[in-house]
Amino acid sequence: MKLKTHAEEAAEFIKDDARTHWHDDTLWHVRSNRDRSAQGIPEWETLRDTASATKDYVLSHIDELLEQFEANAKANGVEVLWAKDGKEHNQHVYRILQENKVKNIVKSKSILTEECGLNHYLEKKGYDVVDTDLGERIIQFAKQTPSHIVLPAIHLKKQDIGDIFHNHIGTKAGASDPNYLTEAARQHLRKKFVQANAAITGVNFGIAETGGFVVCTNEGNADMGTHLADVHIACMGIEKLIPRAADLGVFLRLLARSATGQSITNYSSHFHRPAEGKKLYIILVDNGRTDQLGREDFKNSLKCIRCGACMNTCPIYRRSGGHSYNYTVPGPIGSILSPGRDLKKYSSLPFASTLCGSCSDVCPVKINIHEQLYKWRQVIAENTDMDRSKKLSMKVAGMTFGKPVLYDLAGKVARTALKITPKSLVYSSINVWGRHRDLPEVPKESFKEWYKKNRKQ
Amino acid sequence: MRVGLFIPCYVDQFYPGAAQATLELLEKYGVDVIYPLSQTCCGQPMANSGYESYGKDSADLFMKNFGEFEYIVAPSGSCTLHVKDHVLPKTEGSPKIFELCEFLTDILKVDQVHASFPYRVGFHSSCHGLRGLRLAKCSERMDPEFNKPLSLLNMVSNIQMVELDRKDECCGFGGTFAIAEEAISVTMGKDRIADHQRNGVEVLTGADMSCLMHMQGLLKRQKSPIKVMHIAEILNGNEVVGSTEI
Repeated sequence: MKLKTHAEEAAEFIKDDARTHWHDDTLWHVRSNRDRSAQGIPEWETLRDTASATKDYVLSHIDELLEQFEANAKANGVEVLWAKDGKEHNQHVYRILQENKVKNIVKSKSILTEECGLNHYLEKKGYDVVDTDLGERIIQFAKQTPSHIVLPAIHLKKQDIGDIFHNHIGTKAGASDPNYLTEAARQHLRKKFVQANAAITGVNFGIAETGGFVVCTNEGNADMGTHLADVHIACMGIEKLIPRAADLGVFLRLLARSATGQSITNYSSHFHRPAEGKKLYIILVDNGRTDQLGREDFKNSLKCIRCGACMNTCPIYRRSGGHSYNYTVPGPIGSILSPGRDLKKYSSLPFASTLCGSCSDVCPVKINIHEQLYKWRQVIAENTDMDRSKKLSMKVAGMTFGKPVLYDLAGKVARTALKITPKSLVYSSINVWGRHRDLPEVPKESFKEWYKKNRKQ
Repeated sequence: MRVGLFIPCYVDQFYPGAAQATLELLEKYGVDVIYPLSQTCCGQPMANSGYESYGKDSADLFMKNFGEFEYIVAPSGSCTLHVKDHVLPKTEGSPKIFELCEFLTDILKVDQVHASFPYRVGFHSSCHGLRGLRLAKCSERMDPEFNKPLSLLNMVSNIQMVELDRKDECCGFGGTFAIAEEAISVTMGKDRIADHQRNGVEVLTGADMSCLMHMQGLLKRQKSPIKVMHIAEILNGNEVVGSTEI
C-alpha cells in the first residue's frame, strides 16, 4: 500500500500553526519534567549504562531466557502460549475468550495489541473491547489510533475530548474541565470493569528468573480489570524480558522518569500466578522481533522499554504529531522499527529526522537511534527506488565533489548565475529553499579564490 | 604546529569571511596552517541522504588532500563529525580532525581571546557538534557542565551572552532535510530564531555555518535586524557587518 510520506503528512499537520505549537509546547513540557526528574538522580548515567548492558545480555541470551521464563511461569500455574505473528496472537486471544465463554472484555494499554490489530480483529468477531486507559478510551471513541505510546491522545485538546465525551457518554455539551471529564470517564469505566469477564493487559517487564511479570499504569486500570475479571490474558513481546527480579529496580526508576518525569508509575503491579479459581495466560509474541534481532545494525532497537522519551524530545515529532508516521510506534524509535517490518511502506520515516541525536541521548537504554536512522537511509537508498530525482542529484553532486576542477567551476557558475539571474526567477516555486528563506548573499569570490590571490606563494 | 585546514564546500562558496576568520584566528595562535587547494566537500550531503556510495570519490579526495596531516581543523561541527565517523580510517597514526572550537580548547588550550564584541549574542548549539562531537554537555545527559564554544566566547571582552529558553534544540536545517521536509524545517527554524528574538539577541552565532545559513535565510526574509556571524569571526575580532540597531 502506498502511504503518504512523512513530509506530506507533516505539512498537513503543520497547516494549523496554533495547534502545532500547542502540541510542541505540551510535549516540551513533558520533556522538561523528565529533565528535572533525571537531574535529581546523581547516578542517572550509570542507570542508563546498566539498563543498556542488561538489555544487551537479554538480546544475546534471549532463547535461554525465554525458556526459563516459560518454565517458571508454567510452574506458577500460568498458561504460556507462543505467537509467531500478530495473526497467531489474535487467534490465541480469540480461542481463550471462546473457551472461557467470555462476553465482556476490558483491556489496559498495550502497544503490542495495537501492533497486532487485536481490537479490530475481536470487533469483527463480535466482541466489544473496552480500552480502560483514559487516553486510549478517548481515541477509541473517536475511532482513531494512538498518536503516542505513553500519551495516546496527546494530539487532542481538552475541548476536543469534551466533544467526544459529549457524543459518547453524554457529558454536558461544551464541557472541557478535566476534572469533570475524568470523573465522567471513571463512572463510565466502572460499569465496564464490573461487567468484564476477561482482562487483557500488556507486559512492561517479564522476569525470566521468576516467571512473573510487571504491568505499569498510572490509572490503576490494569489492576482494576485483572482483579475483577476471572480471566487475565497478558500479551508480551519477546523482547520485554529481563533476567532477574533484582534488575527490575533499574528499569522501573528509568521508565517513569523518562516517560513523564514521575519517579515511578502510580501502579507497578506484579503478577506471578492466577488467583484461586481464576486463569492467567501469557502470550509471547514474536511478530518480526527475531528478524530485527538478526539485523546486526538494528537489533539494538529491541532494547526499547516504550517510555516515549524519544518522541517527547524529537523536534520533528513534536511538530508533526504521531499520526504523521503512520505506524503503531511513531517518532524516532518507530522510524527504526518500522522499516524492518516493511522497507518500502515506511521508506520515508528514517528521513523524518535531522539526525540531531537528542533521541539517542534521552533514551534510558541508550539505543543509538539516530545512528540507526542513518544506517536505514543507506539500506533504503540501495534497496528501493524512493526518489529518482534525489538519486540523480546526489549522483551528480558526488561526481562534482570528486573532481576539484569541476567543483571550482560549478561553484563559480552557480555564484555567477545567482548574481545575474533576476530575483523573480531565483525565487521561483521550484526553489524550495527560497519559498520561506532568503539565499545567502553571493560573495565576490570564494575562499579558495581569495586564498590563491592572498596566500599562495 | 602544522595543521590542514578543511573549509567545507558551502563555506568556501558562500561564506568566505568565516573561512578567512578561521585561518587568521589559527595563525594568531601560532599555527602553521596549510590549505590544500584541491579540496571540495566531505561527502556528507550524499551520505546523509542515503547515498554514502556516491560520496566515495569525495572521501578518497579528502584522504589525498589531508592524509599526511596529524591534525585537520574545520570551522564546522557537522562536516567534522562526518569526516571523523565516515571518512578517516580508525587506525593508529591516521589524521585526527577537530572542529575549530574543539581544537582551540583541547589542543591549543587557548585561555585568552583578543577580541572585543559589545553586543547581545545568542549562541546556536548545533546538534552534530553538540551530541556528535560533544562540544558541550547536552541538556539530555546528566553529566558535569562544560561548553567549549561558550567558554571561548566568554573570553571575548564586553560580550553579553544571552540565555535562551531552549538552549540546545535543533534549528531544523539537517542538510537535505531542509528541502525534503520543508514544512517542518521552516517551522523549526522560525521557532529557533523566535527564541533569540524573544531574548533580545543582536548577533546570532554558532560553530556551524549551515545551521546559521538556514536561520539567516529566515531572519532576512522577516527583515529582522538580527545579524548572523560564524563564531570564528567573533573570536577573530571581526566587525559586525551592517548595523545592528534594534
